[in-house]
Amino acid sequence: MAALPGAGADLIELGMPFTDPMADGPAIQASSLRALRAGQTVRRTLAMVSEFRRSDDQTPVILMGYYNPVYVYGVEAFVADARRAGVDGLIIVDLPPEEADELRLPAEAVGLDFIFLIAPTTDATRMPTVVAHARGFVYHVSIAGVTGTRSASLDDVERSVARIRTATDLPIAVGFGITTPEQAAAMARIGDAAVVGTALVKRVAEHLDAANQPMAGLVDAITTFVAQLAQGVRAGSRRESAA
Amino acid sequence: MEGTNSLRNDPDQRGHFGIYGGRFVAETLMPLILSVEQAYDAARVDPAFIAEFDYYMKDYVGRPSPLYLAQRLTEYFGGAKIYFKRDELNHTGAHKINNTLGQALIARRMGKTRIIAETGAGQHGVATATVCALFGLRCEVYMGATDIERQSPNVFRMKLLGATVRPVTSGTGTLKDAMNEALRDWVANVDDTYYLIGTVAGPHPYPAMVRDFQAVIGQEAREQILAAEGRLPDTLVACIGGGSNAMGLFHPFLDDAAVRMVGVEAAGRGIDTGAHCASLTAGQPGVLHGNRTYLLQDDDGQIFDGHSIAAGLDYPGVGPEHAHLRDCGRVDYVSVTDDEALAAFQLCAKLEGIIPALEPAHALAHVARIAPQLPADHVLVMNMCGRGDKDVFTVGHHLGIKL
Repeated sequence: MAALPGAGADLIELGMPFTDPMADGPAIQASSLRALRAGQTVRRTLAMVSEFRRSDDQTPVILMGYYNPVYVYGVEAFVADARRAGVDGLIIVDLPPEEADELRLPAEAVGLDFIFLIAPTTDATRMPTVVAHARGFVYHVSIAGVTGTRSASLDDVERSVARIRTATDLPIAVGFGITTPEQAAAMARIGDAAVVGTALVKRVAEHLDAANQPMAGLVDAITTFVAQLAQGVRAGSRRESAA
Repeated sequence: MEGTNSLRNDPDQRGHFGIYGGRFVAETLMPLILSVEQAYDAARVDPAFIAEFDYYMKDYVGRPSPLYLAQRLTEYFGGAKIYFKRDELNHTGAHKINNTLGQALIARRMGKTRIIAETGAGQHGVATATVCALFGLRCEVYMGATDIERQSPNVFRMKLLGATVRPVTSGTGTLKDAMNEALRDWVANVDDTYYLIGTVAGPHPYPAMVRDFQAVIGQEAREQILAAEGRLPDTLVACIGGGSNAMGLFHPFLDDAAVRMVGVEAAGRGIDTGAHCASLTAGQPGVLHGNRTYLLQDDDGQIFDGHSIAAGLDYPGVGPEHAHLRDCGRVDYVSVTDDEALAAFQLCAKLEGIIPALEPAHALAHVARIAPQLPADHVLVMNMCGRGDKDVFTVGHHLGIKL
C-alpha cells in the first residue's frame, strides 16, 4: 500500500473484506475470503490506514466494502475511528441512496465523503436522487455486472458519462472491468479517473504461494503495473488513477 | 380490522418492518427492484391477475389444502387439539409453489423470459422449474455444489422439468452463496431476467410479496378452523428457515390478539455447539441479501454458515418481518434440535400415516413439548408445510439404515 503513490496511484481504494460480496466477481470474492482467513477485520483495515498515514498524509484513501461489517462495528464508532485513521471517504456498495442516510449523515458529520455509485441502469428519473447527496466524486459502474468480469464499450461509457455530467459537477471515476493501461487511458479520457481493482488483485494472487504467503516480486509486480496504468492515464489525460 | 395500529399494514413505503427489511442492494439492481415493486403493486389490485392466480392455485396446485384434525397425535399427547394445515398435499409437495406461481405470473406480466432462482435443498428450485415449465419460461437455478451432491433427486427433477442447474462453488458453496450468485447473475442480465426469490427475505418488495402469496395458507386456515370449531385457534405453530410458510400462516391472524403464534427454528446439533441456524434465537441484527434482519455472524459482521438436518431451514438469515415480530413480542420464536425433529418425523409417520418433511417435523417437535401441558379445549394449528419423500435418504442415514 505504501508503494502505490510512488508508482503513480493518485487515490487508493482499500477493500474491506466481507464473506458475501454480492457485487463482486470471482477474483475479488477469492481475495476477500483469503483476507478473512488470514484474520483481516474492520479494525485491522483501519490500522492499515493509520500505518499508511505515518508516511503519507497526502494520497486520499477511500474504504470500499459492504455495509454489514460497518453496521456491526457500530456506525458512530466506525466513522470516528475511520476519520482518526486518516480515511477520506467511503464507498459502501449495498447502501443505495434510499438506505444510505444512516451512514452518510454520520460520515459527513466527521468529514468523510460518502461516494455514490451510478450504474448503466441508473436512468434519468433516478439520477437526481443518486447525485443529490454525492460528495467527493461519483463512481460510474461502467457495466451492468459484477467486478472484473467484462469491459464496457467506450461508446457506452462516453454516453453514460455525458449523461452523468448533466446531473453533477463532481469528478467522475470510471470502474468495473478496466484491466489494461490502454483501457485506463481511454476511460480517463472520458471520465476524470479510472479505478482498477480486479486486475491488481489478480496480480497479487499470482504472486502468492500455496499457503497464500507473498512470494518474491509481489510488490515489484504491483508497482510496475500501477506505474503502467498511471502512465496510461496521464497520457490519456484528464486526471487520476485509483488503485 | 386493519386500522393504523394493525401489524398487517407493514411494511412501510420503503419496505421497512420497524428497523428491519429495506433495500440494501447495489445501485445496478435498484431500478430492477423498483420495477418489480411497480409490477407487483399493479398486479395485486388487478382482478385479472387475482383471477389467474386463483385459477392456477385451484386447478394446478390443488388448493385449498385441507385442515386436518390429527386425532391420534392429539390422543397421544393427551392435551391440546391438534390440527394440521396440509400444505404438503400441494403439487410438488410443499408450500413453495404458492409463491413461485405468483411470482412467475408477475414475471410474465413484466415481459421477462428468463427466470433465475436460488435453492438449498432443491424444493424451491423444483417449484420454480415447475412453474417455468408450465409457462414456457427459461429457468436457471443456482445451487451450492455441496447441496447438489446431497440432493441429487431434486437436481434430477429440476432437469426433467427443463431447468438448468448451476453449481455454485464460490464462498462456502451453500444456499447463501447460491443467493449471492443469483444476485450477480441478475446484475449482469438486467433486461430479460427475473429473480424469483424463494422466501420472505431479500430486498423490498420480496418479503411482502412472498408473504402475500403465501398468506393463502392462513386465509384458508382461518375459514377452515371457524367452520370446524366455530372460533379462532388458540395457538399457531410453524417452522422457520427464511420463514415463508410461517409468515403465510401467521399473517392473516396477526391482529387477533388472542391467537398465540410460535415460530420454530432449527437448533441443529444444539445452540451451544454453534452448529445451528436459529438466527432469531441466537443471531444478531445485520444486513445481508438486501435486507436488515437477524443473522448468524461473528463480531466483525462476517456471516456464518448454518447447520440443520433440514436443508430447507439451513439459512443464516430470516425474513425481516419475523425479526420485527420477534422484537415487538407478537410472535414467540423457539428452537428444536436435529434429534428432536427426527423423533417427531418418525412419530408422525407411525401415528398419522403422514411422512412430514424434516422442516415441519421441527414444528411438530415443539408441538410435542407444549401440547401435553395444554387443556383439551385448546385448539392448535400446525403448518404441515411439506412432505418428507425428499428426506427419506437423510433420515435413513441418521438412523443408520442403508437404503
